[in-house]
Formats: sequence, structure tokens, C-alpha cells
Amino acid sequence: MSTIEIKNLTKKFEVEGHVVTALDHINLSIEKGDVFGIIGMSGAGKSTLVRSINFLERPSEGDVLIDGVNLADLTEKELRKTRSGIGMIFQNFNLLEQKNVIDNVCFPLEINGVKKKDARKRAKELLVLVGLQDKEKAYPSQLSGGQKQRVAIARALATDPRILLCDEATSALDPQTTSSILALIKQINEEMGITVVIITHQMSVVTDICQKVAIIDSGRLVEQGPVDKIFRNPESDAAKELISGKEIRYTPVRDLQSVRKIRIVFQENSAYEPVIANTILELGTPVNILKADTRNVGGRAVGEMILGLPEGEEIQEAVIGRLKASGLAVTEEETQSVSLSPDARRPVSPASAGTTEVEHE
Amino acid sequence: MNEQVIKMLLEGIVDTLYMTFGSVLIGYAVGGPLGILLYVSGEKGLKPNKILYRCLDFVCNIIRSIPFLILLILLIPFTRLIVGQSYGSTATIVPLVICAAPYIGRVVESSLNEVDAGVIEAAKSMGASNFQIIFKVLLVEARTALLTGFTITTGLLLGYSAMSGTVGGGGLGDIAVRYGYYRWKTDIMIITVILLIVIFQIIQNVGTKVSAHFDHRKR
Repeated sequence: MSTIEIKNLTKKFEVEGHVVTALDHINLSIEKGDVFGIIGMSGAGKSTLVRSINFLERPSEGDVLIDGVNLADLTEKELRKTRSGIGMIFQNFNLLEQKNVIDNVCFPLEINGVKKKDARKRAKELLVLVGLQDKEKAYPSQLSGGQKQRVAIARALATDPRILLCDEATSALDPQTTSSILALIKQINEEMGITVVIITHQMSVVTDICQKVAIIDSGRLVEQGPVDKIFRNPESDAAKELISGKEIRYTPVRDLQSVRKIRIVFQENSAYEPVIANTILELGTPVNILKADTRNVGGRAVGEMILGLPEGEEIQEAVIGRLKASGLAVTEEETQSVSLSPDARRPVSPASAGTTEVEHE
Repeated sequence: MNEQVIKMLLEGIVDTLYMTFGSVLIGYAVGGPLGILLYVSGEKGLKPNKILYRCLDFVCNIIRSIPFLILLILLIPFTRLIVGQSYGSTATIVPLVICAAPYIGRVVESSLNEVDAGVIEAAKSMGASNFQIIFKVLLVEARTALLTGFTITTGLLLGYSAMSGTVGGGGLGDIAVRYGYYRWKTDIMIITVILLIVIFQIIQNVGTKVSAHFDHRKR
């Protein structure tokens, strides 16, 4: 039995007389102990999806099951009980500004009728866990963004939840703070066995700590699976866009006059062989390295390269064949100039090839 | 200035404070829940209820659109029914409360509307009931705005209590009208005005200090 099971979830909103479908028949299973990423661009519907998991948003159609219990069958009181077993943290932290740190952490316990003394004890333990034991009496306005999110995490854990929902929890933080918060979430997942659902628009967050990922695009689930598999071989346009789109647009890769570009991903085993050099030597043709990067995907170093191939379909296929033979994942990259090869990639639409930036919400 | 005048002025101060704070307290007992109801039933409230909101909204607007002096006269029969007489300090509290309650309701409603929706959502995600959200989140987070509103309302009612002097309300306003207006004793009128200014200043300053003291958002 999955910890979270989403079945045929559809959510429609009425906005000024128009019906907007925010989520369109989503099916997802999240297993116990998973760190599950849900990624998509702004407005893709991922925030609505995470709010459906604890029924802050009631779905228009479909079901959400938590440990096999259908939330739609619960009374208001039972639903509140279930919610207290699901912690949630937010992009804007949402701490009570008029309460100090320890009172913020005690708050969910107070709501659940825990005795004040017991609540304090529990809160102190949690503040040690998140490394803020010396900030007990501070007010949120005196804390940095990273510290506020740590308080929020301690607060979310106060009721011993089985599930932790993170709604763009690192989007308002700088990269360094982001990685320390992600490390904390990972630690919580490993030590306490809490199932974590992470909503984000940053691929780096997913590759850093998630084992599985679901990609949401315009309210539809377009792809899901293990992170390393999707990173190596993204199938949907949205996945490709999220993995490489943004970075590529920052570099002038698109403007380079290459007939055909490919993206290769190699892992530790293939890193021993100088694959590119060997390919060039064997085939006697140059390839242009347009971008090279190393990333941490699920705790493993994964190399990523964008190569510009020489002209001529035959030699292109030979290069690709040689790379694949070395065990590399090869995918086509978007090309601006019209490709001469007959198996050219999908036509480049202005929307997907333009300068669509991933926005911070 | 003889002893009698001083005694009268002292009594006037006591009466004025009695009317002001009496009406503020009873006003909040009525207007506070009214404000909470307006917030809860409002469009973005915890339990939106169009019909309830429109009714409360309508009644509030009607009472608030009647000038206080007219309300004072209109309510004479009602006041007599409740207090037994239509003049004096206690009788004045009745129209003051009726004037203040919808005003307070609006002040409370707008204070609660200022509370960040994200914090309310966080409380919901922890399994808080609406009742808990009102008393443990909204009223706590809106504390500064509520205290500021309380100060403004008190200042307003101080002014209105003086106005009731024209129909025999009692307090400093009554003294100003009887002596300053009807008997041409400008000196007494000026003293009552100065006393009202001083009382107002004290209320405003204490109110500002208290609400700043309880505000932990910026330090």
C-alpha cells in the first residue's frame, strides 16, 4: 500500500466565468520513505497538486488516499486529524510573526491539545535537530530566511508526521542556504523515515535529493520515474526543458552554427574511458563541445555534455552510435538553424525555443 | 476660579472617561464578534456566506451613515427604555455603543483581513479548526492592528461623548455647552477643550506605545 495514492485527480477552478483546469487526471503513487519530487514550470499546477494531498484544495474529481484511507470519506474532524499527521512547509515560511521560535514550534501541538510542558520538551528537541537551540526566544523577524525555514521544518515535525510536504520550500533562499535546507530534509527522511514530497521548479533540487520525480506540465503529468533515469533520458518536452533548457539559454549555445546538437550524460563507469577523444580519433571527425557540466544526481556524480556534430547525416549517426556503444545516454538537443538531417527534431516552436524563463513564484 | 468650578470639572473628567471607556468596552463586546463574523463570512473568509455577510454589511452601513448627533436624538426612546432616562452619562453610553459597534466591527474586520493568508493556510495544514484559527492565529497575528484600532476608536468616542453634551449627556462636553455656549463663560469652555485635548493625547500616546510594545514583527 502506498503512503500517498492519487487517483484520477482533476481540479477545476472558475475564474471570471471561465473554467480553468489546473490538474487533469493525475495518477501518482508515492511509497513510504520516498523523497518524491514534483517539478514543473510556474502555473503548471504543482502547488494545487500538493494542496490536494492534504485536502487544503478539494479535488473536483478523483481521489486521494493516505495510507489507504480516502480523504473524501472523512468527516471534517477526521480530516483535521489526518492533516496533523502530514507536515507542510512553504516558500514564504508562514511562521506566526507575533510568536517567538519556541511558541511557533509548539503551535501545532497546542492545536492538538498536547500539554504545554510536553510540547515545550518536544519543541526543544526539534530545535536541536534543526540547529536552532540558541534561538528559542527570537522572533521570526530576527531570523534569516534559512533560519525561518528551519523553524518551519521543526514546526512541521512537531506532531510526528508520516509525510512532509514541501511547497517550493527553497525557492526564496540563496543556493548555499538551499543546499543546507535540502541536506536537513534528507537527514529527516533518512533518520525518521518520513515520506517527503517536494514541489519545485528547480531541477537542481530534484537531482540533489529526490529518488523519484514526476513532471507536471499544464496540469498534466507528462513523465515520472527514477530521477537518474529521467535525467539521463528525458522523454517529454517539459522534462528536457527543465533539465537543460534554462542553462542552455544562458550560454550562447543556441547561437552557435551547429547543424545538430546532442546531449550526452555519463556516469562513473563511463567516465573512465576518454569517450569523446576516442570517438574523434576513431572516426577522424571533430565534435564541438558546447557545454560540459557535472551534477549531483541522487548522491552520484553525473556528467553532462552538449556536443555540436559535424555536417553530414552519416557521420552524425556514426558519432552517436559510437557514443551509445560506450554506454552513454544520448538525446537530441534543440537546434535553432534548420537541420539538414531527415530525422530532424520536432520543429522548434517559438514558445519552447524562445526565452521562456523559469519564473520565481 | 472657585472650588465649585474645579469640583465640577473634575466630575466632568470622570464622567467623560466613564462614558468613553464604558462605551468602548461594551462597543467591543458587540462590535468585536460582529467584526469576526464579517471576516469569517466574507468572500475570502474561513466560511464564506454571502447572505450573512450582506445582511451584516447592510446594517453596519446604515448605522454608520447616520450622523451621531441625529442618532443620539433618534435613539432617545430606546435609551429611556433601557436606562430609564435619556440624559446623563449612563444614558449617553447607549447611543455611543450603537454608533461605535458597527465602526468597531469594520475596524476588526479590516485588521483580520491584514493577516497573511499563508499563515492561515499553515494553521489549516496542521489540522486547526476554524475556531482555533480565529482565536489562536487571527486575533494573535492581528494584535497590533487591533490595538491601533482600539486606540482610534477610543479617541473617536471621546469626541462623540463630548458631542452628547448638546442633549444633556454629561461630562466635559456638557460643561462646555452649558457654560461656554449658553452662559458665555469662555474661560470654562477653553479649560474643557484643553482637558479634552490632554485626555486625547494621553489615550493616543498610551495606545501607540502599547501596540508597538506588542508588535514583534520589526525590532
